[in-house]
Amino acid sequence: MSAQDTSGDRPLIWRLLSGFGRFWWDFLVGDTPEITVAVIVIVGVVALLRDVAHVNALAYVTLVVLSVVTLALSAARARRKA
Amino acid sequence: MIATVNATSATIVLVGAVFLAAAVEMVEALTIVLAVGHTRGWRSAFEGVGVALVALAALVAVLGPALVEVPLSTLRLIVGIVLLIFGLQWLRKAVLRSSGYKAKHDEDAIYRETVASLALTGERPGRDGVAFVVAFKGVFLEGLEIVIAVLTLGTSAHRLGLAAAVAGVAVVLVGIVGVIVAKQLSNVPENAMKMAVGIMLVSYGTFWTGEGLKVRWPGDDVMLLGLVVIYALAAAVIVRILVSTSSTAKAVNS
Repeated sequence: MSAQDTSGDRPLIWRLLSGFGRFWWDFLVGDTPEITVAVIVIVGVVALLRDVAHVNALAYVTLVVLSVVTLALSAARARRKA
Repeated sequence: MIATVNATSATIVLVGAVFLAAAVEMVEALTIVLAVGHTRGWRSAFEGVGVALVALAALVAVLGPALVEVPLSTLRLIVGIVLLIFGLQWLRKAVLRSSGYKAKHDEDAIYRETVASLALTGERPGRDGVAFVVAFKGVFLEGLEIVIAVLTLGTSAHRLGLAAAVAGVAVVLVGIVGVIVAKQLSNVPENAMKMAVGIMLVSYGTFWTGEGLKVRWPGDDVMLLGLVVIYALAAAVIVRILVSTSSTAKAVNS
C-alpha cells in the first residue's frame, strides 16, 4: 500500500460519505465543468430577467437559447481536444 | 380540453424519458452481469445483483419520502437544474458520437473487455469476491441513474407511481430480451436511444428550471413537446456542423 493510500484507515461512515460526494461530483461536474458553470449562470440570468426586469418572454427564450449555446460550445470544446 | 392536451403532452414526454433512460441503463447493467456470470459463475453474480437491488431499494426508501416533503417550486428548480446539467452532458456525448468525435457505445466491446479483465484475475472456488463486486457495482451504479431519473422526473411531475411503473416495465422488458438472447444485447439501437434520452432530459430540465423560476411557458405543459422539437433540431444542426468541419479539416490535411 502506498503512503498516500490511507482510505482503509478512515471510519466507514467517512468512506461512505466521501464515496457519495464523489458520485455526485462525477455526476454533476465530471469532465464537463463548463456545462455545470454555464447552467448556474443561465439560472442566474433567467432569474434576473424574470424577477428584476419582469420580462417573461425574454426569460424563457434566454433559457432555451443559452442552453443550446452551452451544448454547442461544449461539443466544440470536446472537438478541439479530440 | 386544453388541460387534457397539456396533461397528455407532459405524460408522453415523462413516459418516453423514463422508459428510454431505464432501458439504456438496464442494457449496460445486464451486459456487465452477463459477462460476470458467463466468466466467473452465476452464484456470486446473482449475489452481487441481489445486494445492489437491496441497496437501491434502501436508497429509494430514504430519498423518496424526503423529496415529497420539499415544496414543489423548490423541488422543480433543483430537479430542473440537475436534469439540465445531466441532460446536456448526455446530449453532448450523443452529439459527439453521432459526429464521429467519440466512439459509439459498443456493448460487444464492453462485454469483451469485462470478460478479459475478469479472466486475468483467475478463478476462485466457492464465493467469488471479484464477481460479486463487479456485478454489484454494475447494477448499483446503473440502477442509481434509473432511480435518479424516476425520482426527479416522477416527483416534479407529481407522477411518481407512473414513472416507477414505466421504469419497471423497461427493466423487465430488457431483462427478458437479455435472458432470451443470452448475449450482450448489441442489437439494441443504444446510441439512437441515448440521443433521444438526452433530448428529453434537457427538455424536462429546461421546463422545470423555468417553472422553478416562475417563468410562464407559452402553452403550459404543451411547451414540453416544443422543447423536444427545438433540442432535436439543435442537436441535428450541431452534429451537421461538426461533421462538415471534420470533413473540411480532413480535406485540408490530405
